[in-house]
This record gives sequence, structure tokens and C-alpha cells, in this order.
Amino acid sequence: MIDPQVLERHGLKPDEYERIKQFLGREPNLTELGIFSVMWSEHCSYKSSRVHLKTLPTTGKQVLQGPGENAGAVDIGDGLAAVFKIESHNPPSFIEPYQGAATGVGGIIRDIFTMGARPIALLNSLRFGSIDVPGTRRLLEGVVAGIAGYGNSIGIPTVGGEIAFEPSYAGNPLVNVFCLGIAKASDIIKGVASGVGNSVYYVGAKTGRDGIHGATMASAEFDEKSAEKRPAVQVGDPFMEKLLLEACLEVMQTDALVGIQDMGAAGLTCSTTEMGSRGGAGVEIDIAHVPQRESRMTPYEIMLSESQERMLLVVKRGREAEVERIFDKWDLHAVHIGEVTSDGMLRVKDKGTVVAEIPNRALTDEAPVYRRPMTEPEYLAEVRKLDLDVLTRDGLKAIPYSGVGDGLPPSRNASADHRSLGEGGQTVPGSQNTALLLLLGSATIGSKKWVYRQYDHMVRTNTINYPGFGAGVVRIKGTDRALALSVDGNGRYCYLDPYRGAMLAVAEAARNVACAGARPLGATNCLNFGNPERPAIMWQFAKTVEGIGAACRALDVPITGGNVSLYNETDGKAIYPTPVIGVVGLLEHADRVVSRRFHRSGDAIILLGEGHGELGGSEYLKVVHDLVRGGPPSIDLDAERALQDLLVTLATERLIHSAHDCSDGGLAVTLAECCFDTEGMGADVSIPGVEITRDPALNTAAALFGESASRVLVSVVPESATAVLERAAAANVPARMIGQTGGNLLRIAVAGQMAVDLSIHEAERVWNAAIERYFAKRVA
Amino acid sequence: MRFGIVVFPGSNCDEDAYHAAKDVFGQDAEYIWHKDTDLKGADVVILPGGFAHGDYLRTGAMARFSPIMGQVRAFVERGGPVLGICNGFQILLESGLLPGAMLRNRTLKYRCEHVHLRVEQTDTPFTSAAKVGQVLRIPIGHGEGNYFAPSDMLATLESNRQVILRYTDPNGELDPDSNPNGSVNAIAAICNESRNVVGMMPHPERACESLLGGVDGRMIFESVVETLARGPERPALQAVGRAF
Repeated sequence: MIDPQVLERHGLKPDEYERIKQFLGREPNLTELGIFSVMWSEHCSYKSSRVHLKTLPTTGKQVLQGPGENAGAVDIGDGLAAVFKIESHNPPSFIEPYQGAATGVGGIIRDIFTMGARPIALLNSLRFGSIDVPGTRRLLEGVVAGIAGYGNSIGIPTVGGEIAFEPSYAGNPLVNVFCLGIAKASDIIKGVASGVGNSVYYVGAKTGRDGIHGATMASAEFDEKSAEKRPAVQVGDPFMEKLLLEACLEVMQTDALVGIQDMGAAGLTCSTTEMGSRGGAGVEIDIAHVPQRESRMTPYEIMLSESQERMLLVVKRGREAEVERIFDKWDLHAVHIGEVTSDGMLRVKDKGTVVAEIPNRALTDEAPVYRRPMTEPEYLAEVRKLDLDVLTRDGLKAIPYSGVGDGLPPSRNASADHRSLGEGGQTVPGSQNTALLLLLGSATIGSKKWVYRQYDHMVRTNTINYPGFGAGVVRIKGTDRALALSVDGNGRYCYLDPYRGAMLAVAEAARNVACAGARPLGATNCLNFGNPERPAIMWQFAKTVEGIGAACRALDVPITGGNVSLYNETDGKAIYPTPVIGVVGLLEHADRVVSRRFHRSGDAIILLGEGHGELGGSEYLKVVHDLVRGGPPSIDLDAERALQDLLVTLATERLIHSAHDCSDGGLAVTLAECCFDTEGMGADVSIPGVEITRDPALNTAAALFGESASRVLVSVVPESATAVLERAAAANVPARMIGQTGGNLLRIAVAGQMAVDLSIHEAERVWNAAIERYFAKRVA
Repeated sequence: MRFGIVVFPGSNCDEDAYHAAKDVFGQDAEYIWHKDTDLKGADVVILPGGFAHGDYLRTGAMARFSPIMGQVRAFVERGGPVLGICNGFQILLESGLLPGAMLRNRTLKYRCEHVHLRVEQTDTPFTSAAKVGQVLRIPIGHGEGNYFAPSDMLATLESNRQVILRYTDPNGELDPDSNPNGSVNAIAAICNESRNVVGMMPHPERACESLLGGVDGRMIFESVVETLARGPERPALQAVGRAF
């Protein structure tokens, strides 16, 4: 009955099947095979990634819970813990964008409240193909609506996030969702089943046939048949989850609960085996008691269903009535489906007849672990070459810019009349203005207001830094404190150099948090890659994990959990290797929070850090010259740490009015962003030149748009400028006063020559329209 | 005085209203479970924002059947002040305590942002501290806030001065681009005929602390605190024949 075709459908390899037979001492039945297939899938077992993930730093005095539980936790003072994690829902979001994204939000929220924490903030990190393609816009619209539909309804604000558009994600969009909750540090609850004879309860939505083999789907590549996999995507019900959330938090107030876990990937199978395994116990359930939405469901289907909004609870014997009463209040039906046993087995019965019997450890600790072969990808040698002199001579192109009279930003049209940027070594007048507008109007850099306006980002009345204003910041009611949250990643950098790209991602997320005035405490990571069975992908993965580890150690932000999403490829073409890092930071005084926006006319603008005109892998090369080449910017982690410490000091001492990190698009874009949403306040600055080529225009562009790391623009009242420069000198952070805020123009001189001279109004209009213009026509 | 905040299972701004009443304004506040039939001595009742029963049908369509709504109706008939915020406004419409209906936003998208509102009437318990024509900056967060009433009903509303707040530009001028959802006559808030029941789509409880980016929502809470403190002369205590 179990032939090679059956194995292949279950994503199991022949040698894995041999191991299954060894564990059981017999052939598995089909239900057991299904259970093995989901528990041994990449998604649940981390079989390719585990050896690498073990190298990450996961401890620190602030860490209350590291990886291995439903979420990680750090100490935030006052006896409180911040519980947080990031997770991917990539394949479902491609197949059915609304439900895929919505259930991703639902899943990560369950991971947080399962720990006994009240969820108070969501963030997300999204990747799509080029926005010029209609299919991308359909995906974007669906994903954003799905995140909004779930988060808004359940009442957890989406306070930040990031979105990037690159052709490599066209067939494999990324939807990574982050959630943070607050718990009493002493009351953190674990996903553990222990105490022989304790009751196992099922609560929440009924089990249907939706999502069967979702975890297996997340562990395979896409091909043209993927659209047919729709039944493997689940449907979300945020109202049911709201009831579960409130009821579970109420049950946790009693001490009747032993452990709890949500039924996420691999549903009832994963929750029973993982809880049993963590508690060193066995779990026996009878699926006849499992509430079912459809008739004639088989044990196989019930065990593998990924129907949403379901929880598994272990309740102390004798305390069942108390727990049932609380669920009743919320109109939820808690059903007794089994009990904890001493034999370490997962035993599944159907009306008393055993239909599956597997040692828990075979499904968890003893799951296969692979040390997959790795080789440096061949493409790297080619894409790392970036000889700007040669490229300029060969006609590096800039796109002429015809103004924004029609209210639309400039478009980079391949058939447009190209002009050489550095013809005869002369700067083409207005070319840097054009380049800046092109960048501001590009979907990756442009305003995301069209997106976050659809998210309720204010519910719970804690949000003190809104999305689009830097890190999302939420105050903690009942204390003076606040938490700053940021999710960041740069797939293009990692494609060009995964080790350095990963360090830059950690540094950027932590820097964003520090810009808000918060001390980074801990991190969570979501690692999105192609097929790990290909040595080049595995190499990217290993280098990325090394880079994350190095940066987290240097910046003292331990990884407390996360998620790995592999097989993100379509027809053999993988996405850019994309680690997304979520960092949580603590502000001791909520009212000292800092945002990106300039505050007041006449403030001094100070650049912390130094630019070296690094254009490799930059948005400038991509947007203006259609080039993905070179090495990403260098980074000195000690200098980064000093910068972040300085930012926290400056905010704590109330010395700065604003702080904004220089990243995508370099200093010029950063400066423009500081001016936006201020009702038109401009800035006039002068920065030093750099010399990276013989072409003066390209040198100017490198000074403006180079993406050198560890740089932040701050604005300060003129009387405080000296104090800020002194603090910087004491911290060994290079700092330079480059100009002041005011007027309604954005003016940047490079090496004494005016290079950018734009009206803020025009620049902001272009920036605001970057995404909205694609949808504007459909607004009634 | 005591604020009673009704909690439906899918309410999600209940804690925000409670926080505003209790922690910001220092008033007594009580949660009232929707299955209860006792207002716990509340002097003012708030129906908070959220998705009362998931609202997969129509927003607020099921909440009108919750047991507590009988007590809310009786409270209204006694002249007690009731404020419906966002989903609470939708529930008041579905319950017939306020006239009209909500449609999906003109853009068909949920919208969360600060808007400007012009105060049209000050003889309600929730706007008595304001001046007519005053412009408030308060956030909205809704997908179904496109207020609609048929033309005869609308004419009655206007002639009875039941339109309390309108969406305007920052200068208080009507402007189609400043109407975030397409509401007829730019209506953001209305009251009933006897003026003790007010429904508003914007969230005043999100604009009571400067840390949150604005304090213009305080006026709504200050009004009702003052009105109730003034005691029996309050106009809202007149007997009401018909809620609307």
C-alpha cells in the first residue's frame, strides 16, 4: 500500500521511510505515515537548518525565554516580559493572498498569547515582485487586506513594517509577520504536557479538511500546478481568535492550566507531539471527540488538518469544570479529547480503537537532521564585479526627468530618451535632482501610507510612533516605559554577500530601534531562502546565519526565536536570500521617544557616522541604472554599537529632536524623509565629496546616494549642537554639523557644489504617490 | 461619576475607553458584559469600538440582540447619556436608537488616520464643552463608516440639528478630499431627537493624551463629565417619547 508514489506525495525520501520503519519496528499505516511526513517536513523539523541555527547566540541576562518555545521573551523591567516572534506565511500568501496573509497574522498572535502574554503590537515584512506587473498589485492588495482584516478585527495594532519590490520575489512573495505581547515575567506559560492523568482539551474552531499538508506544501518548491493547491490554504476567523485570546488569557489567570499550544502547522499532530515531548510524557487522544466541521473525516484528515483558531490545553485533573466555565462564558466549547500518559507515546484512537501509535521522540528530537552540502554560488564572482569607471565609459545611463506636472512621479521607461550621466566628465544639470526623485518615487523607498492606512495602528491607545515614522513604538501602560520595534532585511545585499548582508540587516533593525531612543534587547529572525537541497542555497543560508550570529553577538541582541522558510523558488529560480530581523528595544521614558521627522525650523542637522560613497548593491544603482552589482556596504560592528549607544544617550538626555537612519537611497533620501510629514519644512546641508571614480557626477551621486552603514541624521536645537558633538566625540562616533532645517526647499551641496535643489512639496508629492498611484484610478 | 463600558465579545476599544475614563479623567469606570442585564449604576454608557460579534454579517447587526441592549434602551428612554464610538455607533444604528445606516467606505478599504472634524452642535452631553465651528483633529479607524440616510431622513436630521460633527479640512471647510469615507453631508456624528444619544465614527479615546499625538478627543469626555456634574438641569434628562 505504501509505494514510492505515496512516499513522494508525502514529501518523504526512501531513506527517511526506512528510518520510520526502524522506529516503529513495522510498516506504518497511512495515518502514521501522514503524521511522520508533517513532523519530519522541513517546516516542522528544521532538518536542513537546525545544525546552523544552533550556532546563533540565544542567551543574555535579559533573555527570559530563548528558542524552543512558542515564542521568545526578554525582561523589560517592572516584573514584565516582552514576548515576541516573527513567522513566515509565504507559500499560502502566493496561492491565496488574503487568507494566506490573514492566517499568518492569526498564527503568530496565537504563538504570543499561548505564552500567557497579551498581544499589543504587530509588524510585518513583505516582499513582492516589481510593482509594474499587475499580478504583483493583486498580491499586494490581497496581502495587505488580509493582514488588515485579521489584525483590525482582533484589535491588535500594526505599528510598523517594511515592504520591498524586487523581480526575484515575483513567484514567491514573502509575508513575514511579527507579534509582541506583554506578560508578567513570573507567569510565562509553556507548551508542555505533563502530569500523568491530566486532561487534554481541544478548544476553538471545528476541524475541517482545510490546510491538510500545509506544512508539507511549505517544504516544497512551486511549479505551474501550485495554483491547484488552494485547498491546502486555511481560512481565518479573527472573531473566533478574539474569543480564544480572551478566554485563554482568563484561564491562565487560574492555576488550573499545565500547558497550552496552538494547532498551527501540522495541527493536532504537532501540538500533541511537541507538548508531550517537552514534558517528557505521552499523549493519548480519541479523535472521535474532536469537533468536526465536515462529515466522514478520516483519522488521517483530522490529525493533519490545519484548520485555524484551535488550541490544545493540558488541564490539571479535577480542575476541568473551572476551565470549561470560562470557555462557556466566551461561547466556546472546550472538549476533553484525551489525557497525558507516562509512556512517551503519541497514541491516537478512533472510538477506542488505536489508529496510530508512535514514540514522541521519533517525531521530534529524533527527526532527521541533515548537514547538507554547500558550495559558493557561481553567480557571485560575476555580480560582485563593479567597475564604475568602466561602466561609466561604456555609457552608464541616467533617465531624463520631465517634471511632475501631471502629479505622477517620474517613471523609468526603458524606451525613454537616455542621456549619459557623465558625458565629457561634466555633471548633467539637474541629474541628481532627477535621480533623487526617481528614488523617492520608487515603490521600495516611496511612502507606504497607502498600506498602513489600511491597518488599525492606534487601537489599544499605546502607539506613540506610527508606522512610517521610524521604528514602531508602543508605550507600556502602568509604567513609564515604551518598546520600540523594527523589522528589517535587505535581500539584494544578501544576494551579493549573504554574510555581510545579514550583519547589515541585524545592524539596521537595531539601529532603527536605537534611533527611537530605545536600547535594543533581543531579536527574532525569519529566514527566507530557496531549496536547501541545492548546495548554493545551503551556502547562502549558512553564511547568512553566520552573519546574524556575528552581529547579534557584537550588538548584544540575542536571538530568542524565529522561523525558517525554505523552498521559496519557482521553476528552479530562487528568491534572494532574505533574512528578516525583528528587534525589540526598551525606552525607559516613553515621553523621550524620537521620530524621523524634523521638528522645528532652524535646528542644526548633524550627521553621525561617515559616508564612503559605497554604491555596491544600492537602490541608486538599481533604480537609476538598473544594475544589481557590487558588494554591499562594509560594516564595523564596534562602530555600530558605539553609534547605537550614543543614540540612546542623546534621546535619554533629550538632546535631539529627530533621528533617522541612512539606509536605502543613502543620505539624500534620508534627509528628504526627515522633511516629509512636517508640513513642508525643508533643509539646507553641505556634505563632503567622495572620490570613487574619475567621473565627477558619479562621485557626487555616490556622496548623495551611497549606502554606507552606521550613519544617522539627527536634528538638534542649535544651542545643543555642541553638546551632541561632544557626546559623539566621547563615544568615538564621527559627527559633523552639515546644515540646518527650514525653508521649503531641499538643498544639498556636495564638496561645495549645489547638487540637489528641490521643492519639498514636489519631492513629497512624488514620494507619497509611489504606491498609491497604482491604485488611485480605482478609487471612486 | 461612573462610566459604564459595554463589552461585546469582539469589542476591542473597550479597554481604551475604560483607560480614558478612569486613568485620564479620573472617573469611576466599569465594564459591563453584553450578556448582563444590569448597567451597574452607570451615569453614562459607552458602546466602544471593535467588531462586536465578528461583524461578518453587517457591523453591529447581531449586537442589537445582546441582553444588555434592553437595559441600554431603557437608560436612553430615561434620558441617560449614551455614546457609541465607531462600532458602537454602528450598533446604535442597527438598534434603531439612531437613524440611518453605514455603508462600506467609498474606497472599499479600511482607513486609519487622523481627520479633521467641525463641531456643528454643542447642545448634547458629549459636545457641550466645545464651541460651534471648532475644528478637532481625532483619528478614525473603520471600513464601514460611510454614513447614509435617505433624503427625507437626512432633511429631518439637518433641520433638527442632529448632525453633531462633520468631516472638514483643517480650516473647518467642507471638502470632498477631507471626507474619508464618503459619508452623506460629510456626517461624522449624529444624535437622536432628544439629544442624549450620540454616535460618532472617530475615536475620541485615541486622542486624550499628548503622548498619543493629540488631545482633541478630551473635549468629548470633558463635556459629559461637566454635564453630569451640573446635575439635574442637564437637558438630556427630559423624558423622551421616541428614541427616533
